[in-house]
Order: sequence, then C-alpha cells, then structure tokens
Amino acid sequence: MIAYLIRRILYALPILAGVNLLTFALFFVVNTPDDMARMQLGIKRVTPDAIEKWKQQRGYDKPLFFNKTEEGTHKITATIFWQKSASMFVLDFGYSDDGRSISREIATRMGPSLAIALPTFLIGLVAYIGFALLMTLFRATALDMAGVALCVLLMSVSGLFYIIGGQFVVSKLWHLVPISGYDGGIGSFKFVVLPIVIGVIGSVGSSSRWYRTIFLEEIGKDYVRTARAKGLSELAVLFRHVLKNAMIPILTGVVVVIPLLFMGSLLTESFFGIPGLGSYTIDAINAQDFSVVRAMVFLGSLLYIAGLILTDISYTMVDPRVRLQ
Amino acid sequence: MSFMPVMLWSDALVFLLLAASLTGAWYVRQREHLLLPWRRVAQSATAMVSLLVLALFVLVGLLDTLHYRVALPEKNGGETVYSPEVLSVFDKLVMPLRAQTEKTYSAPLAVTLYAKESTDDAHGRVLREYPRLRYGGAHLTDGSQRDGDVLWRGLTGTMWGLVAGLLIVMAGKRYLGKRGWPLRALLMATLVIAGILGMIVNLAAVYHVLGTDKVGQDVLYLSLKSIRTGLIIGTVTTLVTLPLALLLGIAAGYLRGWVDDVVQYIYTVLSSIPSVLLIAAAVLMMQVTIDTHPQWFDTSASRADLRLVFLCLILGVTSWTGLCRLLRGETLKLRELEYIQAAQAFGVSSFRILTRHIVPNVMHIVLISLVMDFSGLVLAEAVLSYVGVGVDPSMISFGTMINGARLEMGREPMVWWALAAAFGFMLVLVLAANLFADVVRDAFDPRLASSTKSE
Repeated sequence: MIAYLIRRILYALPILAGVNLLTFALFFVVNTPDDMARMQLGIKRVTPDAIEKWKQQRGYDKPLFFNKTEEGTHKITATIFWQKSASMFVLDFGYSDDGRSISREIATRMGPSLAIALPTFLIGLVAYIGFALLMTLFRATALDMAGVALCVLLMSVSGLFYIIGGQFVVSKLWHLVPISGYDGGIGSFKFVVLPIVIGVIGSVGSSSRWYRTIFLEEIGKDYVRTARAKGLSELAVLFRHVLKNAMIPILTGVVVVIPLLFMGSLLTESFFGIPGLGSYTIDAINAQDFSVVRAMVFLGSLLYIAGLILTDISYTMVDPRVRLQ
Repeated sequence: MSFMPVMLWSDALVFLLLAASLTGAWYVRQREHLLLPWRRVAQSATAMVSLLVLALFVLVGLLDTLHYRVALPEKNGGETVYSPEVLSVFDKLVMPLRAQTEKTYSAPLAVTLYAKESTDDAHGRVLREYPRLRYGGAHLTDGSQRDGDVLWRGLTGTMWGLVAGLLIVMAGKRYLGKRGWPLRALLMATLVIAGILGMIVNLAAVYHVLGTDKVGQDVLYLSLKSIRTGLIIGTVTTLVTLPLALLLGIAAGYLRGWVDDVVQYIYTVLSSIPSVLLIAAAVLMMQVTIDTHPQWFDTSASRADLRLVFLCLILGVTSWTGLCRLLRGETLKLRELEYIQAAQAFGVSSFRILTRHIVPNVMHIVLISLVMDFSGLVLAEAVLSYVGVGVDPSMISFGTMINGARLEMGREPMVWWALAAAFGFMLVLVLAANLFADVVRDAFDPRLASSTKSE
C-alpha cells in the first residue's frame, strides 16, 4: 500500500511538470512579459522605462530559461522559469500584483470556500443518490418518467439562473437571508445556507440522472435476480445489494472532486461575496493578475491528481477484490 | 455594388461545418445500415419536435451568418467606401427591430419608458412623467388603449400564424405521410410554433415584445442575435475536438506502445487542470495578443469574431480529452476482435484497417458525445462570459445579455425582462438539444439497445 502510494506520487510528478510547462508556455512564451506589461499599463501611452519598471517590480526582467550573465547555478535559477514556475513545486506561489503572498491568501481563503463547498457536496451526495434510488425503485412507472423529465428540465437551466433567481426570491422578495456577505464562525450560517441550497439544486438534474443510469445498469445483473429469488424485498435489494455494487462507479465520479472542494466554486462565491478561493480566482481573472491565475491552475491540477490517488485508495475500501500493488 | 459580402472567420467555419454535415447526411443516405439508427430517431416524437425547434434556431443562426457591409453614399476618389458596421441578412430581415432603439429601459409591450423624466409642457411648466416611447406603441394616440390593442394584435397574429401553420401542415401531411414519422406530434408542434410566431411577429411590428435594455435596444432582437453565438460555440468547437480526439484516441488504442503513453500523458495533463481555469488562462493570454495587435482587424466585428473563434478553439482544446479517452478504450477493445485479426492476417495495411474497420465502428461514440456536449457548451458560454473570459463584450450573446442585466438586479422596481429573455431562449435551445441528444444516444448506443432487448 505504502509502496503503491509512493509510486503513484512519483507518477504524478511528470504530470505536474507537464501542467507547469504548459502554463509557463501559455503565460510567458505565447506573450512576452513585455506584452503583459503593455497590457497592464495601458496600450496607448506606455514608455519603455515604464515597461522595464513593471517587469522589475514583478521579477520578470530575467531571461526565460537560461541566464548567461550569472555565475554557476544562478545561470539556471535566476530565470523566469525557475523563479515563477518551477518554484510552485514547493508550493511557493510568489506574490500577487497587489504585493500579498499568494500562499497566505490561499491558506486564509480555503476556510470560507470549504464552508460552502463541503456541505454542498455532502448534502448533494445524499440528495442525488436518494432521488436516484427513488426513481430506480419506481422504474418504468409514471413517477420515474416524471423524475427523468424533471432532471432533463433542471439540467437545461443555466447555472446562473439558479443563483440569480435564488438570490432574487429568497433574499430580495422574502428577506430570509442577506443577499451576500460572509462572517467567520457560527454567524456565517445565514450567509452560507442559500449558496449551499442553490448549489445542491443546481446539479440535481445531471447528478441524479447519472446515478439512476448506474443503478439501472446494476439492477439488470444476475445477482439482483438471485437476491429477488431469495425473497428479499425490493428495498432490501436496492440498499443492500445494488447500492453496494454501484459503489465503484459512484466513487469514480465522486472521490476525485473531494480535494477540489478546497478550490470552491467560482460562480457561487462571486455572486454571494464569499471570500474564498473561487472569488479570489475570479477577481484575479478580472484584474488580469497572471501570477494568481497561474498559481490556481497549478493548485487545481495538484488537487485533481490527489483526487485520482484517493479514488484508487477508496476502491480498496469498498471492493475487497481490488488490491493496490 | 451597394454592398460587400463579408466572410468572417466564424462564418467560414460554420459553412465548413454545414458542408461537412451535408456530406455526412448524403453518405448516410446511401447506406441502409447507417440509416437504421436514424430511422429510430425519426420515429421518436420527442426527437422530431426537438429537431423542429432546433431547426428554427439553426435557421436564425444561419441567416445571421451571411454577413455584408453596406456601401456609404460618399465616395473616396471614385472608390466605394463601405460602412465599418458588419450586418447580416438576419439584421436586414428584422431591420425595424434593430433600428428602432429607445432611449433606455422599457418594459415588455410598454408604451412609455421605465423611468420618469422631466419634460416641459406647452405652458413652460416642468412635468415629471413617464415619457412615451419613440417606437413602442407609437401608433396609439393614448397609452390607455394599449391593453386592448395588445390583445387584438396578439389574437389576430395568432390567427394568422395558425392559418399559415395549417397550410404548412396540409402540405407537410401530403409529402411526409408515408414515412413513419410521428406526424401527429410534429403537426401539433408546427401549429403551436406557428401560432406563437404569428403572435410575436404581429406584436413586434409596433411594440418591443420583450422590452428594451439600458441603451434602448430591443431585447427580442438581442435574444435572436444571441442564438448564432450560442450555436457557434456549441458546434464549431467540435471542429477542434473531433480531429484531435479521433486521431489521437484511435492511434493510442491501435498502435499502443509509446504512442499510447504519449497520448495518455497529454490528455492526463490537460484534464488535470480544472477546465474553467485552463480556459481562463488561455483566454487571458489571447486577450493580451489581441489587444497588442490592433492592426490585425479592420472592423470591431472582425475582432469580436476572431475572439469567438479562439474561444471555440480553446474550448475544443480543453474538452477533447473525454472523447479521446473513450475512443482509446473502444479501439483497444476492437483491435482484439476476430475480424481485425483476420484483416491483419490477410496483410491489410494498418491505415486501411483503421479507416475501414476501426473508424466506422467508433463513429457512434463520436456522434453521441458530440450531441451530448452541445448543450453543455451553450450553457458554458454564459458562465464564461460572466467570469469575464467568454466572448467579446461587444458581441451579442446570452452571456453578455445576462451580464449586462445582472447589474440591474438591485433596481427598484426590478428590470427583469432581459434576464428572463436570455434564460428563456437558452432554456428552449438547451432543452431541445438535450431531448434530441437523449434519443440519439438511445438509438446509437449498442449497449442500451441490447439491454432493452434482454429485459
């Protein structure tokens, strides 16, 4: 198990290196730092001095890969690639355009992100699986058909609509909760409850339908017929057999997103003014703060790969046939 | 010539796509075994009604794709000068909608502006009142006649629409009677759509059916123009995903070895980056390139258009990995089957095996994944435009409409019609696409076909 984990983490390194190279190419080779400086300082009136100053402040005034003017190892380390890209492997994300440490921002903003994302994920999981099991129980009846039709309808509505509509009805018409904002500790409840509810409703359609497909696939198998032949009730068949056997496909889709919960949701956080990583990213995109976007890309893929590894581990927990070697 | 045809990049890609789908349709028509699943699609009432709705959207989108620039009256030394404004045939058709802009917000079917303004009356006194609109309901002498007029025009419009619909239905029934299509559903849908269209057309002639936005543009016009953007995002993206996924997926699955390793590495790297972030990063960089090279574009439309094409490209690059993985898996399975091994034993070249035996047998996966992805892409456009990494702000799209209207949420009383229009049009488009995609999947997926038989 430990050996397997180490191997998986080693496998992850080339992928992260690929992500790193890709973002480096996107941010520094497609457009030179000069282009970025010109963009940030305004296209029209910009002097070469101003560009140099901008680059110097942000440490972009170095060669991309190889610095001939330096000595020894500094030939490699005093470059943009080493300082801006390779350093991310040790989680050193540098500074944002307003001079704050990105690593510290990430650490403080993970909390609010999780306060929304984790409950949304957990409530959602129970709700979707429950709804899907209900549809499976009443499969091929009018109730099932209505459920599927509802899912397709809900899937076809833009995610923005749930947020805007929810804010309008709950906060503006009914005045139940504040429209946006955040507060630490127990006071945050009134701020997070609406984003969580909207987050859960927002993906009822696609998720429930996906779980229903999984359950329907399982229910056609031989062991289900055996279980029924033993005289088990349909409910017992569903919960004790179908749900257990459907765990592998469910885990494949679910576990991989758990680490990504830290990243929060871009839309929800920015609409509700939650000071999490999602709104941080959106603000960075709008302010064209490239170092923050780069850091978030790297962090995102790091968490995704962690999710893949977690998925493999979770298989061993639900399926005794799977052994990690 | 009084106008100059303009071919924007996205137009060219749309025509390419159109040509490709027509060729595909012609190819399928020749072959009975390929036609069979389509027959199954054609028998489904849901699919045909959704297709009818989609066809209307596509018609609007295609008309909106034929662009031209009008010649200006003044000449520059004998040389005709063309207006910098790029129009489309669709703009020409709905010219009144486009040209009749009000001063600012007005509610749907309103005859006055949405906010009070100070005006001087004949005696020099200052009055605070809702000023009448320049065009909306301008034929009425008194604003209070509006309700009756709207009702009357709505009813007559519906009647005319129904009459026209009935004519189409009668003609359609004679020609389509023997095809085994769900005629009743189709005819009912035609009637309903014709009635609604008749009502809207009759009302839109003298009112702003969905109101006007902040700068007084007709919201119905904006919504109709957004259709093209949505359709392009949903379809042109496949021009990128398809070759990448097909080529790399099949190569990886068939050749295995180092090719497989490389392809797997590439798609793992790409799919490990959360897609919104990758798109955001790529779009930010594209923006820098576009902004630092203003000399590339002769009109603002061509700049917005190139940005749209790039957005499709980026969406394609970020979304081919899923299809590629599916195709790789399917090819791995296929290459072990007897008929492929027989072909190999006969000495058929790898290229011929791929084109004759592998590609046709994975096409159903390609097709299913394309129709399933379409609606997601249309929805993604709105989200990306909200995040600020979508289409150009000057390009009319559902995303920019929502973005513009969102800021008005705080107004009292609320300006809701632009939001409602954008969400409504999107819902109809995406719902039709989703329903159609479901039927296509059921018809083409051999796994589903066999599982329904065994039960």
